[in-house]
Amino acid sequence: MKLELLINQKNYELEAAPDEMLADALRRLGMLSIRKGCDTSCCGLCTVWVEGNPVLSCTMPAFRAQGKTVTTIEGIQPEAEKFARILAAEGSEQCGFCSPGFIMTVIAMKNELKNPSEQAIQHYLAGNLCRCTGYMGQMRAIKTYLGGEVQ
Amino acid sequence: MFTIDKLYQPQNIAEAAELLTKYPDITVLGGCGFLKLGNRKIATALDLSLCSLAEISETEQYIELGAMVTLRDVEVNPALNQFFDAVLPKAVAHILGVQFRRCATIGASVYSKYGFSDILPALLALDTEVELLRSGRMPLVDFLAKPISRDVLISVRIIKDSRRAAYQNLRNAGADFPILNAAVSRYEKQWTVIVGARPARAEIAVQASQLLSDMATDSIDIDKVAATAAAELTFGSNNKASADYRRAMCQVLVKRAIGEVLA
Repeated sequence: MKLELLINQKNYELEAAPDEMLADALRRLGMLSIRKGCDTSCCGLCTVWVEGNPVLSCTMPAFRAQGKTVTTIEGIQPEAEKFARILAAEGSEQCGFCSPGFIMTVIAMKNELKNPSEQAIQHYLAGNLCRCTGYMGQMRAIKTYLGGEVQ
Repeated sequence: MFTIDKLYQPQNIAEAAELLTKYPDITVLGGCGFLKLGNRKIATALDLSLCSLAEISETEQYIELGAMVTLRDVEVNPALNQFFDAVLPKAVAHILGVQFRRCATIGASVYSKYGFSDILPALLALDTEVELLRSGRMPLVDFLAKPISRDVLISVRIIKDSRRAAYQNLRNAGADFPILNAAVSRYEKQWTVIVGARPARAEIAVQASQLLSDMATDSIDIDKVAATAAAELTFGSNNKASADYRRAMCQVLVKRAIGEVLA
């Protein structure tokens, strides 16, 4: 089936099978930041935004994105880099495999929640697993990124 | 991973009805999260995402959730956070992460009658009806009692009342299915106690509910009610928990939920 997507503010037309997941379609188009980690909807590595909302691209069929706005980390490079530098400075990045999905979720959270508490941050990020860092460094980085906005 | 040979995307419910008649074996797609854990080969699939079923609407009498409303929509909806002590948002908030809840739909969660469902116990605690394409509108409790038939769930309607409600769950890990959950509600003098993930689907503990309803508010024997619920329901074993463990923990969750409603 033929799909038309607005990905990172650029129009794309692609042929997709009815059972192709959005993650696979996006990787075919060169968005290689999207990783498939667990492929069971648990790890959050494949997080992208559809209409500005974070979704699991490994779980969302590509046809559900027809006509919609899709954002990957390639589309928010300056903001992603700003947070990634803080992550690195806090020593909260090791293998980096989870980072694109994690950064997408953190920036989505920043857009969605005003002055989130630490508990609210933990809840929002419950769907992003990291097997290297133990999360404490990530929490420090998020607090730094959000400035004085964490309660 | 599943495969789909042919996909239909009707623009409205009338078209969906025609497809349901034309293709008796058509598979209705929900959020696809659970589907992708299996290995189904689907010849013909029906996607309802273009049928305008992704809205939560509110009238003076009820709140209606379209079948394609996501669990995240439920979690953040102002009306659902305002009524029933936010029992529905609380029930879905435990399900994996925000990104998953943006994919999972209320229609699939209800229609599939999953035993591990977080949302079914909470919905059973409320005055909930479902609307089905072929079978029409019926109370959720009646729908759950019927065998799964060829139909499409269109919406879930919750009557707005002054009901108080609470939801409790027990998981081996945060990103796992619940091994047991319970919901309790009180509307005027009528209490309802529900236990799910037994691992069979959620069920009302009728005797416990009646016992609780017959007790005066200032002399409620929570232990007795919890023991009654554990005794009247059946529990099974699977790789997550044994029947004995579920029966024991059922009392804990029911007690906590009653306490929350009384608080």
